[in-house]
Amino acid sequence: MRLTVNGEQRDLHSPPLTSLLAALREELDITSPKAGCHQGGCGACTVLVEGEARRSCLLPLAAVDGATITTLEGLGAADDLSPVQAAFDEHYAAQCGFCTSGFIMAATALIDRTPKANREEILAGLSGHVCRCTGYIKIVSAVEAAVGSPA
Amino acid sequence: MAATSLAEAQVIAPTSRAEAVDAFGDGSGVTVLGGGTILMPEMNYGRLRPERVLLLQNAGLSGIARNGTALTIGAMTTVAELEQAPEPLGTAARNVADHEIRAQATLGGNLCAPAGGATPRGDLQAALIALGAQVKTAGKDGERSEPIEDFVAAPDGRLLLEVEFEEPKSSGYAAAHRPHAHAYTILAVCAAETSAGLRVGLSGAGRNGLRARSVEDALAAGASAAEASQKAPDDARASDDALASAWYRQRLLPILVQRALDDLGGGK
Repeated sequence: MRLTVNGEQRDLHSPPLTSLLAALREELDITSPKAGCHQGGCGACTVLVEGEARRSCLLPLAAVDGATITTLEGLGAADDLSPVQAAFDEHYAAQCGFCTSGFIMAATALIDRTPKANREEILAGLSGHVCRCTGYIKIVSAVEAAVGSPA
Repeated sequence: MAATSLAEAQVIAPTSRAEAVDAFGDGSGVTVLGGGTILMPEMNYGRLRPERVLLLQNAGLSGIARNGTALTIGAMTTVAELEQAPEPLGTAARNVADHEIRAQATLGGNLCAPAGGATPRGDLQAALIALGAQVKTAGKDGERSEPIEDFVAAPDGRLLLEVEFEEPKSSGYAAAHRPHAHAYTILAVCAAETSAGLRVGLSGAGRNGLRARSVEDALAAGASAAEASQKAPDDARASDDALASAWYRQRLLPILVQRALDDLGGGK
């Protein structure tokens, strides 16, 4: 199976029913998608599949063969943050960091489909993501700021 | 014999409806994978090691087709695509999980899901029962069509192809949710009036969606919504789970039935 991950073509040899999450982390050493609940309940493993936010733990590799995948590693670099990453940095929206990449991927997709998302739409759009440090206020503020910033 | 490792599973990915029906055969030894939101956790945790997996995403089974007031919805249509479907189906779809899960979960999975241990599954079932939907399936002895309430009671061994119903004249919805990041539905009641009459469907009142025939019969015999809703516990087979007890559900049910019937009267 073959994926385009963060702009690079990668051949994968994991069995076809391996989750995309396991393939990314264990075969490709891409570790920003976090292995939280393995059942779609926490959002920490969220990546973009063809630009849309998806739980990588719920996708078998066979279902994404040939797809374009973007993980946090593909969004920006330390000296060139994406608008959502920059807003998280500026608004102090990460504590332990475990949920952060999932939130950033979900927020990136949310702003892509709803460029002028209001607070209510942000809350609904991120509702599948859990932050065990309960830093929600700062996370939502960061996303609100990113909505207002130029892409 | 069940496989012992995920690597041993044979994955079949049909690219048409006919291929899917053919590959499913009589269903023996076949695990059907739609959106993956229910089966992937089972495989991730090692509770399911399927022998043969039918991956339906490219089988041409998705989409909503309209012909006048008649709708045909493919089994692989996502819950997100159903958010704008006629009521009460649209509301039921919008109440499922969160945006990302709705974009992946399918109608077929929602109708074929085994009962959840911790929370009820099958939020769309009450709506489709109220709408008097028919399901078209394939399996042993070929294709057939049956009322949805019969299908969800025993979905095993059939490949769900599509669901058909008529847009209702009016609809009603009432549900109780348990607050979470997104709210879980404890119990949902749907009512709809079509040319086939008034039907009432329940989700969360049993292991699968149920038709509230006692309520429908009472209404047909001239009972008021308040009187008819008291019959609802006769139709329910509620159980305890992480969201609520059977006791609570049985007491909540008549209240929600009455609200759904009142909502219907509101003339949507």
